[in-house]
Amino acid sequence: MYAFAYQRPNTLKEAEAAFNAGEDASYLAGGQTLIPTLKQRLRQPSVVVDLGAIAALKGIAATNGGISVGAAVCHADVAAAPEIRKLIPALARLASQIGDPQVRNRGTLGGSIANNDPASDYPAALVGLGATVHTSARDLAADEFFTGMFETALASGELVVKVSFPAPRRAAYVKFRNPASRYAIVGVMVAETAQGVRVAVTGAGPCVFRIPEMEAALAKTFSIGAIQNIPIASGELNADIHATAEYRAHLVGVMAERAVAMIA
Amino acid sequence: MTDITITVNDREITATVEPRLLLVEFLRETLLLTGTHVGCDTSQCGACTVHLNGRSVKACTVLAVQADGQRVTTIEGIAAADGALHPMQEAFREHHGLQCGFCTPGMVMSALALVERNRGEPLTETIIRNELEGNLCRCTGYQGIVKSIVAGAKAMGAHVGGAP
Repeated sequence: MYAFAYQRPNTLKEAEAAFNAGEDASYLAGGQTLIPTLKQRLRQPSVVVDLGAIAALKGIAATNGGISVGAAVCHADVAAAPEIRKLIPALARLASQIGDPQVRNRGTLGGSIANNDPASDYPAALVGLGATVHTSARDLAADEFFTGMFETALASGELVVKVSFPAPRRAAYVKFRNPASRYAIVGVMVAETAQGVRVAVTGAGPCVFRIPEMEAALAKTFSIGAIQNIPIASGELNADIHATAEYRAHLVGVMAERAVAMIA
Repeated sequence: MTDITITVNDREITATVEPRLLLVEFLRETLLLTGTHVGCDTSQCGACTVHLNGRSVKACTVLAVQADGQRVTTIEGIAAADGALHPMQEAFREHHGLQCGFCTPGMVMSALALVERNRGEPLTETIIRNELEGNLCRCTGYQGIVKSIVAGAKAMGAHVGGAP
């Protein structure tokens, strides 16, 4: 690991000031991605701004018809929160399947979505449930937040503060995971929400994406049969030693069917 | 350099450290608490598992500065003051929950955390196996480890049973 300066501000304003004062600064949330990246010397920030002491990033709260989750809430707390398990069990279940217990005790919602790893689980939850990302500057619909592989709509220094999830009528997330890394090879969130049926896919492509054909079919008839013959193009999907693009395309269909089966 | 104060195994420790120092390096090299092992150093194997404020974490993926003001418990901190083994340690000894022993400190710390996390419901072998996901053992095939945790959990007063 290269050397860096370290700051642990107590407020969002101080955090942004510390970030902007440094050349190539980096925010540190749970560190479950950043610390391994630093160890591999893939990044060399001059200053690391630790978000661990900022009260505004913490806490889970019931909102009007949904749940708001602070950016610094760890996956284990999302998985265990009684209000989430009651109102959006699919979100709690998704969080319970990220990494392993030790990673879930450190890794955070905000850190995960700001990193936008194409194989991470939360992007499917946010896009599938039609969540809103509240940043230190504005509110962004999840559909606008995730813009590409490891890329988001966040400006330099802008922080995720919390995410509000409207409660769906029903929702399920199913993933086919890499047994070693536990990342999603393909993960699909199917949700019937006030905004209609949403089908969001993570792991398969460079960035989370929706499948409008499946959404339209499920809106008409919410059954496995409705989506069984919808072709998934493999052209732009990821391919690696774990799964070819064609295999991932196949898995998208299978995971979507399994998700529908859980809630149909 | 950054000043930190961490309560390690109920002892308050103040030190000045480089921000890039890992918690596991602080424990092993500064405090000489070498019971916590470094296996992979890539967040995979769990040999470095310690408790941070009572929750299991991989000490190779936490900076020492992040633990400032917090409470850390290592494998050295769980036996009784008179040296009597913790019931979970005793269970690992009794039920042959180790072969080479390298992963054992992390296994025991994860076992303690999973017993506490599941206090509300009966602890099953399935739960134990699922929640040992973050700890790798290359010797035992896990059978002895799971058996040890079942026995250790019972000795800790946890309700073990129900469907496997």
